[in-house]
Amino acid sequence: MPQIVFAPAIQRHQPCPPLKVAAGTVSAALGQAFSAQPQMRDYILDDQGRLRRHVAIFIDGRVIEDRLHLTDAAGETAEIYVVQALSGG
Amino acid sequence: MSDQLSVATRKGLFIYDRHPHASPHWLPRAEVQFLGDPVTMVLADPRSATLHAALNLGHFGVKMRRSSDGGQNWTEVAVPAYPPKPESAADESDAAWTLAQVWALERGGPDQPGLLWAGTIPGGLFRSLDGGDSWTLVRSLWDRPERREWFGGGYDHPGIHSICVDPHDSRRVTIGISCGGIWQTRDAGETWDCRASGMKADYMPEERIGDPNIQDVHRLAQCAANPDVLWVQHHSGLYRSTDGAASWQPLVAQPSSFGFTVAVHPQDPETAWFVPAAKDACRVPSHAHLVVTRTRDGGATFETLDHGLPRAPAYDLVYRHGLDVDASGKRLAMGSTTGALWISEDGGNSWTCLSAHLPPIYCVRFSPG
Repeated sequence: MPQIVFAPAIQRHQPCPPLKVAAGTVSAALGQAFSAQPQMRDYILDDQGRLRRHVAIFIDGRVIEDRLHLTDAAGETAEIYVVQALSGG
Repeated sequence: MSDQLSVATRKGLFIYDRHPHASPHWLPRAEVQFLGDPVTMVLADPRSATLHAALNLGHFGVKMRRSSDGGQNWTEVAVPAYPPKPESAADESDAAWTLAQVWALERGGPDQPGLLWAGTIPGGLFRSLDGGDSWTLVRSLWDRPERREWFGGGYDHPGIHSICVDPHDSRRVTIGISCGGIWQTRDAGETWDCRASGMKADYMPEERIGDPNIQDVHRLAQCAANPDVLWVQHHSGLYRSTDGAASWQPLVAQPSSFGFTVAVHPQDPETAWFVPAAKDACRVPSHAHLVVTRTRDGGATFETLDHGLPRAPAYDLVYRHGLDVDASGKRLAMGSTTGALWISEDGGNSWTCLSAHLPPIYCVRFSPG
């Protein structure tokens, strides 16, 4: 099963250990994580359900291609890594 | 008088308490709340003995926190969320149909327990009926066709920064928008009227200079004792209304009428304070000399106050919510983008610097005494 991991900067606000999820799309994986931790949703998606501009998602070290609909596939052994984009001062 | 001051900054919320036997009297609490995170607005609500804070986490969006113990412990509560954007709203004026910042927070009247108002960027006004457990976009304003002509001032998109709830009639609410003029409801938000007649936007094409709907009101404040008297620091100068925002009269102050903030004496409708900057194109104090201007005659004349403020050169700029006066009308607090914080206990005659090294200050606010 793929695993979804939230970076420490996110866990500072919303503690969430690495979570095994069903293989499928990034969108489905996030949905499972939000079920386990409902308040996480607001940190990752905006009020229109879009991935926040300063949040990045990687699958096995490669940034996802579909930020709009989150349809990138995560296979059985994939690690989905959700991280803040570096910005600000 | 208020003995508690909240200071919302780019890097956290600092709470000061007044200690009559300490010098200076105002001391910060040892623990900074939300250290490292931007706090854009704070509100104390004496009806429920709660403190509300709006955060704007750079990566993770706007968050709301509420404290029931005076700011020691906080609970994450609901955020004013925009409803799904309809497919028909695809043009540029609706491009920013998502919450970017909570820029104003106010409580309803004593007869409206649990009612809170939130002003946001990109221009949506929200209402909570349950003390912030949930929020609803005020569609009667958002759906007005005039809203689509508002534009950004200070930020990329329009924003509601001032919400004045009439102390004598809490159904009458007057709001200030950069850049969308003044809007007022007299039926608790059922209907709205644009009330910026008399204002002049000198940055606009000539045929639009007097358009009430595009005025860049930097800050709006209302006299608690006489709510028909309102004051505005506008992008193009100062204004005062004595008829509940039906009409506005321009005022002129020295050294400048440009600035961002205004505070109004809660009992004396003739008295208000401003913090001028040189001009639109040079947003620092005139001649690098930080002053507060005060009128005590309804804006006919202004005094320049600087006792206790730094000697030139000083480049402190005071934003929209960087000046506050307490219910006594004697205590004022002022915070700058340079991270300096001052208190006056004599109506602005003299100022004491509490810190010159805070993060950039967005908002200073006394808790009701």
